[in-house]
Amino acid sequence: MSVAESIIRLSAAELADRIATGDVSSVEVTQAHLDRIAAVDEAVHAFLHVAPDAALAAAAEIDRRRAAGEVLGPLAGVPIAVKDVLVTKDMPSTSGSKILEGWIPPYDATVVRRVREAGLIPLGKTNMDEFAMGSSTEHSAYGPTHNPWALDRIPGGSGGGSAAAVASYEAPIALGSDTGGSIRQPAHVTGTVGVKPTYGAVSRYGAIALASSLDQIGPVTRTVLDAGLLQDVIAGHDKHDSTSLRDVWPSMADAVRRADVSGLRIGIVTQLDGEGFQAGVLARFHEALALLERNGAEIVEISAPSFEYAIAAYYLILPAEASSNLAKFDSVRFGLRVNPADGGTVEQVMAATREAGFGPEVKRRIILGTYALSAGYYDAYYGSAQKVRTLVQRDFDAAFDRVDVLASPTAPTTAFKLGEKLEDPMAMYLNDIATIPANLAGIPGISLPAGLADEDGLPVGIQFLAPAREDARLYNIGGALERLLEEQWGGPLLGRAPDLTELVAALAEEGVR
Amino acid sequence: MVRPELMDFDKALELFEPVMGFEVHVELNTKTKMFSSAPNEFGSEPNTNVTPTCLGLPGSLPVVNEQAIRYSISLGLALGCSIAESSRFARKNYFYPDTPKNYQISQYDEPIAFEGSVEVELSDGSITTVPIERAHMEEDAGKLTHVGGSTGRIQGAEYSLVDYNRAGVPLVEIVTKPIYGAEHASPELARAYVVAIRDIVVSLGISDARMERGNLRCDANVSLRPRRTPGEDPAPLGTRTETKNVNSLRSVERAVRYEIQRQAAILAAGGRITQETRHWHEDTGRTSAGRPKSDADDYRYFPEPDLLPVVPSPELIEELRAALPEAPAMRRRRLKAEWGFTDLEFQDIANAGLLAEVAETVAAGASPAAARKWWTGEIARLANAAETDAASLVSPPDVAALAALVEKGVLTDRLARQVLEGVVAGEGTPQQVVDSRGLAVVSDDGALITAIDAALASQPDVLEKIRDGKVQAAGAVIGAVMKTLRGQADAARVRELVLERASGDA
Amino acid sequence: MSGISAEQVAHLARLARIDLSQSEIASLTIELDQIVDSVAKVIEVATPEVPATSHPIPLENVFREDVVGETLTVEQALSGAPERDGSRFKVSAILGEEQ
Repeated sequence: MSVAESIIRLSAAELADRIATGDVSSVEVTQAHLDRIAAVDEAVHAFLHVAPDAALAAAAEIDRRRAAGEVLGPLAGVPIAVKDVLVTKDMPSTSGSKILEGWIPPYDATVVRRVREAGLIPLGKTNMDEFAMGSSTEHSAYGPTHNPWALDRIPGGSGGGSAAAVASYEAPIALGSDTGGSIRQPAHVTGTVGVKPTYGAVSRYGAIALASSLDQIGPVTRTVLDAGLLQDVIAGHDKHDSTSLRDVWPSMADAVRRADVSGLRIGIVTQLDGEGFQAGVLARFHEALALLERNGAEIVEISAPSFEYAIAAYYLILPAEASSNLAKFDSVRFGLRVNPADGGTVEQVMAATREAGFGPEVKRRIILGTYALSAGYYDAYYGSAQKVRTLVQRDFDAAFDRVDVLASPTAPTTAFKLGEKLEDPMAMYLNDIATIPANLAGIPGISLPAGLADEDGLPVGIQFLAPAREDARLYNIGGALERLLEEQWGGPLLGRAPDLTELVAALAEEGVR
Repeated sequence: MVRPELMDFDKALELFEPVMGFEVHVELNTKTKMFSSAPNEFGSEPNTNVTPTCLGLPGSLPVVNEQAIRYSISLGLALGCSIAESSRFARKNYFYPDTPKNYQISQYDEPIAFEGSVEVELSDGSITTVPIERAHMEEDAGKLTHVGGSTGRIQGAEYSLVDYNRAGVPLVEIVTKPIYGAEHASPELARAYVVAIRDIVVSLGISDARMERGNLRCDANVSLRPRRTPGEDPAPLGTRTETKNVNSLRSVERAVRYEIQRQAAILAAGGRITQETRHWHEDTGRTSAGRPKSDADDYRYFPEPDLLPVVPSPELIEELRAALPEAPAMRRRRLKAEWGFTDLEFQDIANAGLLAEVAETVAAGASPAAARKWWTGEIARLANAAETDAASLVSPPDVAALAALVEKGVLTDRLARQVLEGVVAGEGTPQQVVDSRGLAVVSDDGALITAIDAALASQPDVLEKIRDGKVQAAGAVIGAVMKTLRGQADAARVRELVLERASGDA
Repeated sequence: MSGISAEQVAHLARLARIDLSQSEIASLTIELDQIVDSVAKVIEVATPEVPATSHPIPLENVFREDVVGETLTVEQALSGAPERDGSRFKVSAILGEEQ
């Protein structure tokens, strides 16, 4: 394995250590990842925009500061991929939509500012379902991302780009956003780690809003420790976001380092265990729980009857908020403008622009949300959905009276084939059945690899949920389970992924034939 | 456009009862906007007072201005409203290019203040209580300029330009309940109501309240219902129109009068009123039809997920209540009683908008009568000639000082007018003008007698005539003395001295 | 079936300012009907005594001091404008009323 090859296999924590000791420079690390992107991203399509010059310049600046003896943060010099939902001053920010093609915002999202200030090196912007609406990244206006485990399969969504970038070693860590599972479900299907923090733990300022009361920014990584290190960088109060919490957070990285599950009470949600879940997904889930039990955890069955209504509530609240959040895309101040052939009034220009600029899923949800909020329907749909939200919260409250964390498979199936569910919106929506309740209640969730499904050899994730503000519990159990599983496996699950360069070469050959 | 028929106003009132309602928007004069830290400033270069939030850029978020909350609570209290224990913001969704997010953050089902009333005084001194339904917070829109076409109006314009400096300026919208029983005084009440709101926000110091700048804007709702004979149940409310773009006090009055006359003509002819917004045209003195109320009014309100409830503590509310200035209506009643003016005298001052000036002048030591005389007389005349506000010409303490000089006999009224001109011209305080211009009354009898003697020398028959009982003959001497002393003599004293001389010589 | 009609979808599209084609309206009518059918189940459990939750983590009185902060320059403000005229954004003629 070449030096560059070995660099990209390192975790962010390991890279940070090597950079700190002067073993490698940030420029070398950054270059290695840029080379990897150049080699495999044509096949994976994790990135919508790569910024080699800016990344190398930022890396050189970190190397200079370190050489000058400055004390830098724990992740300084480590490259990071940024989901295109986050606005960046120096890179186009499209949220996966044609309506924002080429738009370069005049400001940085707070999380982007924080990672820059922490010395991380943004490599580029990652692909996503348009405006984060989807579970497969097939709704990106710029073409789908491919799962590094099987290029003909979905990488999950909406943050398939960030998950695939990390899974294919194009970036050690990435930022994602999770409105109904967009960080956790891609982690599940790509054999990576994804965390949705407590709502309000991480600023939403500069995150292009999908559903304001559900959106949360979080880490996308290959290890639980890396996720903890990244959450330590991005969490904290932001005066630009009214819903940002003022809590002083304990170190999530420390929680991973001290991980221990003995005495921990884990609840299994009966509603998320059984019907509708793939056999291989359930098998790995139960093995993981058994492993935890053998190491001192207590497993308890928990019923959450309102979860049955969570998807329905989610698909009313999300479209409603989205229909309003997406009204600003009107061709006046930024983004695409389409003038109708015969000129037209500003109203007609707006309608033509939105017709041309939004993809089918976005239109579907805007129309649905407009319906749910319109006169005569509000109480029945939006109002009722907000009540279901209360019921889901009550289920969680009751559960967390009895257990420390809840567990479920992250998603019902392993990665399905590209195109398989594109024409069936309801089937696509069911992918989020296990992840949505956390967003409705604002609580934190983590997905980490649990193994490979027997029937297709594809990755399976396990999800843990904790009460609001108890993110550290997730890092504790996640860190512990990761260590136990990797002891069994003899290394990280991603080590068992097919060699991408071989897949790419095979693909090229196929293209020739 | 066919000029709509108007019914004679008195005739209209004979047939119909007008019912009014008002929505007054007050722009708050906070330093920053409602939801962003951009300056709240009038007259800046376009699109300079903006942040990502003011432009509704993707990813931007609102954060509530605390001062706007305090101002809104103060205004709510001044309107006699209850302050909601918990209120929240909502999104009002509609597309318009001056609305950066294509939704306005407003308050819908949970306004910050509700159920109050405002006392409004008409020119005859009568008091009407206008019921207030609610006062809620919201953000202003940007400013559109229509280019091309002949009028600079929206109709026929080729394109429009947008400046978002005003987008996000804090507003309080004050909504009345329906106002019944104003009858013939309806147009006047409309104007007086807006004056009352203006007086309240000015006394609170929370708005610049300049209608010509749009700091204060009034939408007037008018409907008519047929008269019924006494004892009969009142007719149901008629269909209302909402007249917008009413940007001066005079227009408020005219627009209401116009709508009453217009609607009466349509109803009397058997027609129906369309529920619609109408636009007031200052130049023609008419309203024209705007958008009919329709499906487009489905604003799809829902709670603003980016903002949290406003739950003012009882302590804050009491703190703001304690700091409220005297209500303008109360203040009027108190001042009228203290000053002892007749209704007419008091209205004279009130209608000229000089209550504050007179009050301060009295506070500075002048008698109410003198203060009233100077402000509504000479100062108003000078202001009129200079086309400016009386208050901008001279300060109440200077007016009080001037009145004191007259009172002490240092100045005659005529001299005092000259001194006032000097003060207005920036020559200093009244005393400084008296000194520098040498305008004080000659109070030294010796000097007066010398002048009298000189006058008598040229008119030796005057004393004779006085002794013969023709006292008015003294006038000629007084005139001559005043001329000699360039008016700086007290005519009454000169007269006394002349009469003394006549009797003494006898 | 929730009985959503093509006219209703066309109306919603007008409210949402999207110039949908006839075929989009036709397919959306079918999809929307299915989706609404399945999400309408929220009504079953949304009884009157259950309060609505709009914010997942309840907070109140989150305010900002009335102090002027950083603003965008005119160039930054207009940097993304599809069309501009001097320091203002330019849009096509507006049909409708003066505001």
